[in-house]
Amino acid sequence: MKLRIVVEQREAPSLRIRLLIPLLALGGTFLLTSGLILWGHANPLRAYYYFLIAPLSSRFSLFEVLVSATPLILTGVAVTFAFSGGYYNIGAEGQLYAGAIAAAGLGLIVGGLPAPLAIFVLLVGGFVAGMAWAWLPAWLKVRWAVDEVVTTLLLNSVMAYLVSALLNGPWRDPESGWPQSPEIAASAHFPKLVARSRLNLGFIIAVLALIALWYVLNHTAFGLKMRAVGLGKSAARFAGIPVERTMFAAALISGGIAGIAGVCEVAGIQYHLIDALSAGYGYTGIIIATLGGLNAWGVGAAALFFGLIDTGAQTVSRVLGVPVYLGEVTQATMLLVTLAVLLLQHYRIRIRRG
Amino acid sequence: MNFIVSLLTATLRVATSILLAAIGETYAERAGVLNLGIEGTMFFGAFVGFYVADLTGSLWTGLAAAILSGILAGLVMALFSVSLGVNQHVSGLGLTLLLSGLALFAFRLKYGGRSTPPSIEPFPLLDPFGDMPILGTLGEQYLLTYLTFLVIVPLAWWLLYHTDFGLKIRAVGENPEAVDAAGVNVYRVRYAALIIAGGLMAAGGAFLSLAQLGAFTHGIVSGRGWVAIALVIFGNWDPFKVTLGSLIFGGTFALQLRLQAMGLQLPIPYETFLALPYLVTIVALVLAGRNAAYPAALLKPYRRE
Amino acid sequence: MKIIEMRGITKRFGAVVANRNVNFSLEKGEIHALLGENGAGKTTLMRILYGLYRPDEGEILVEGRPVIIRSPKDAIALGIGMVTQHFALVPTLTVAENVVLGFNDAFRLDRRRIEAEVGEAARRFGMEIDPAVQVGHLSVGQRQRVEILKALYRHARVLILDEPTAVLTPQEVEALFETLRRLQRDGLSVIFITHKLAEVMAITDRVTVLRDGEVIDTVETRRTNEHELARMMVGRESFGVRSETPASGGEPILQMEAVSALDDRGLPALHAIDLTIHRGEILGIAGVGGNGQRELAEVLSGLRTPTEGRILVDGEEMTGATPAELNAAGVGRIPEDRHKGIVGDLSVAENMALEELPRFVRKGRLDRQAITAHAQRLIEQFQIKARPTDRARTLSGGNMQKVLLARVLSRNPKVVIAPQPTRGLDIGATDYVRSQLLAQRERGAGVLLISEDLDEILALSDRIAVIYEGEIVGILPAQEADIETLGLMMAGAIRQEVPR
Repeated sequence: MKLRIVVEQREAPSLRIRLLIPLLALGGTFLLTSGLILWGHANPLRAYYYFLIAPLSSRFSLFEVLVSATPLILTGVAVTFAFSGGYYNIGAEGQLYAGAIAAAGLGLIVGGLPAPLAIFVLLVGGFVAGMAWAWLPAWLKVRWAVDEVVTTLLLNSVMAYLVSALLNGPWRDPESGWPQSPEIAASAHFPKLVARSRLNLGFIIAVLALIALWYVLNHTAFGLKMRAVGLGKSAARFAGIPVERTMFAAALISGGIAGIAGVCEVAGIQYHLIDALSAGYGYTGIIIATLGGLNAWGVGAAALFFGLIDTGAQTVSRVLGVPVYLGEVTQATMLLVTLAVLLLQHYRIRIRRG
Repeated sequence: MNFIVSLLTATLRVATSILLAAIGETYAERAGVLNLGIEGTMFFGAFVGFYVADLTGSLWTGLAAAILSGILAGLVMALFSVSLGVNQHVSGLGLTLLLSGLALFAFRLKYGGRSTPPSIEPFPLLDPFGDMPILGTLGEQYLLTYLTFLVIVPLAWWLLYHTDFGLKIRAVGENPEAVDAAGVNVYRVRYAALIIAGGLMAAGGAFLSLAQLGAFTHGIVSGRGWVAIALVIFGNWDPFKVTLGSLIFGGTFALQLRLQAMGLQLPIPYETFLALPYLVTIVALVLAGRNAAYPAALLKPYRRE
Repeated sequence: MKIIEMRGITKRFGAVVANRNVNFSLEKGEIHALLGENGAGKTTLMRILYGLYRPDEGEILVEGRPVIIRSPKDAIALGIGMVTQHFALVPTLTVAENVVLGFNDAFRLDRRRIEAEVGEAARRFGMEIDPAVQVGHLSVGQRQRVEILKALYRHARVLILDEPTAVLTPQEVEALFETLRRLQRDGLSVIFITHKLAEVMAITDRVTVLRDGEVIDTVETRRTNEHELARMMVGRESFGVRSETPASGGEPILQMEAVSALDDRGLPALHAIDLTIHRGEILGIAGVGGNGQRELAEVLSGLRTPTEGRILVDGEEMTGATPAELNAAGVGRIPEDRHKGIVGDLSVAENMALEELPRFVRKGRLDRQAITAHAQRLIEQFQIKARPTDRARTLSGGNMQKVLLARVLSRNPKVVIAPQPTRGLDIGATDYVRSQLLAQRERGAGVLLISEDLDEILALSDRIAVIYEGEIVGILPAQEADIETLGLMMAGAIRQEVPR
């Protein structure tokens, strides 16, 4: 007697299912990760307190959450732009570094400018650099139908080598000898929003990017065209929308925003270009865009939540001795569980005999 | 002359880990699944291999455990991309993130707080050709390297092209509807391919910790998974061509290490060599264009209409 | 001896009765045609025989024994093989590998052994195929032969061919017939689904005509002729009521001059099409599906560029124009497949605005209120059961079609391209769409109606053109169009000589 797993399509997700989904996702995530916490000889409930609640309880850690969320919001926005337009940009990591290189480079020559202008130059330069790094895969896709997933992924690695070459070569800090670029000019440093915290202009920029995403997707013709292309390429083509041009634009904008993420890390946090500037923000951005359902609210919420997890993981590690990587594991688990649970929305899984 | 021989020797050694992973990815993609979980699977395999070897004192047990972990990873990927039909990019990247995080978590938990990374006695280098010219040096490889080049690669090739199982894998990645119409279970074939892929990828990772390094570190894999993906495309999804690609990669990597060690100042940075495989692959993709032997059903989950 | 007998087969899909009490039998060693228009039920009946569908009523007997066929595996085990229009072949594998896929007991795949076996089988069945060649390198005709070989390799004694000549050149058709005759001599029985009368007369021993899911008659081929078959195939008692006012004889609004085009595979789909649509008329394109209708609609919708010829809209050159340019020129285009023509995850209002977005942009901003108001107006005007904010995917087929219709007709186009506008719709929606097309005609627009539903063509058209194998084989004013002539044209038996 053979058992078959049959997947049937549901007509339309009931309200009950729709409410159940985030709860199931969260519940499933917590259940799975509590196993790890127990393995770390800690009490899961205590751990979750430090993980999710404690960071919100003090001003300093709250600001840290926002700091952690900043690059995630930006890469989340970047990836959302691309995915909305039907373009699978996996290269946000490389585009981020492209922007960082621009910021680190421009930051060395804008010393004489007044601060607002210097910062403006860095942002524009970073956007353009990110766009430039996104150009090749986008052009290959539109002109030669070369799959963008692989090309953007490969370019991430190339960029990593480029950064390494710069930092071990012309940009090796002459003062410390370490592989970090010389410090950018003071006028290019992002001003802090709150003294004695790391919260800086970058967060404002991230929020602005989020608002821009919301506005473009919902209130511009271009945004509607992008969404049409992403949701129904042939229908969009039929309606007269220039599919290739729209995708190309979405890809470039995506790269530019990822570049801005790089600028914010350099000018807002590090003030140097370093190898480990990004803790995989480009890849996490993909997860955030997916969890956020490709809309501004979702992306904002997911990024803040992930920022909370990142910060909380540090606290858990410090207080309970559970390794800080709990954060990454929780984020990944959350994604996989959500993906699985989301399917319940559209499909019913039955086990049939015979 | 000595330089070339020692370069070739190093090439074989360096290429082993990537080759194993690339062969694994070849199977996955031939069956129609792009497995972006490769980086995480290698990393996780490296850790599991190291940890179990350290725990049991047996390197082979460690390797076996690593392969098992890879099989599990393959199953998870199959669950999401085949059974559930979830977007393969996202589920693969999610898997990589999960496995990386898990490995680091466990590593820190078990070995945390040490100033020097823990190490174990790695697999020994074999020396079957003794003092013979050329072969004597070239032959100084790990048993695993011998196995990989002389057993696993030919076996992978034979399995793919000369067995009924391999026929089904190749068919499923091109036209799953035809396979379904012929009465073959498409899901089962894809699951099998992903299991094989996962095991090989983890073995590739374990080679790094159990043979090449004798230790486990944060950056032990550092992007080799993505190189493997590039190599699969570069090698046109064929095991022998993929082997060639991995030798080129290994050679490039070993070359730039040697040049660095020799203190040679080149007009171009060493990183150019490292970036070369990726750039060449992109060019290969463009040139092959629509005629690339891209498995036609790659990235498409199969649902019977 | 009856090798296959199907008795009292009835099959329903929801409200549609695809086969109604069908009796069909196949004598051993004969080539038997199943003739009918689209939707007559031929393919459904054969899919039941091959185990892809289960009948609601009736039974099947193979060599006199009642059998239950639950899947193609059962059918194959009973010696029944089917070759469909979409080949189930893997292009990168060789002929031999494709033939043995799923039918190979050994774990080892000995290339030489399977190539020898398949080569031997090919020779035995009189087919010239090199088993070592990659299927992707074969011509369509050769691939079809591989499909036939697959069935024979699995010991098929009954072969079902579904519209096999649809994809073949005339020479390949001859070659196929040769092969079939040879196989017939060896004892194979063949069921040949077709709508082409010439083929029925050329190769078959008996023919069963289906119409609207029922068997009209089964006759011996040598005792009948094309006229009789055509009448049986499309036979209707009356045309039904239609609008009495004759075409107002307006000026040409859309002209196609010697337009040729290729299909997705790069094969010729349209040959030197000459058509003129006038203001205030409905020009109906009749024909059995698969004769170039889709490509014709795509060319006129801006989705396919013709390889030769010109298209003029209101005197202006529009050959190879993009959808946006055609919109601007006043060409109203309705998508043939509404599921591919509407963006399911966008709202009804967004879908309605999609073709004329600049109209809704105020100072760089998308005026959502205007979009919603516009949608609301259209919803009322066209009686669409939906709200502007509903996701388009949730609408019924009829309402989806109304959305697409509204989008196009609200712009008062000069000419309307309407391919299969009522396919899959219920009675109410169908009537509504047809009345809208008539209203456009009243308005003075030209309407091109492409439909596989002959009733629809007869009810609405002022002039009727018949398309067969990518060519217009005849154009008649509606009053002069009789059923038999149309049927003969649709089945490729006659061709009009006079210029239109």
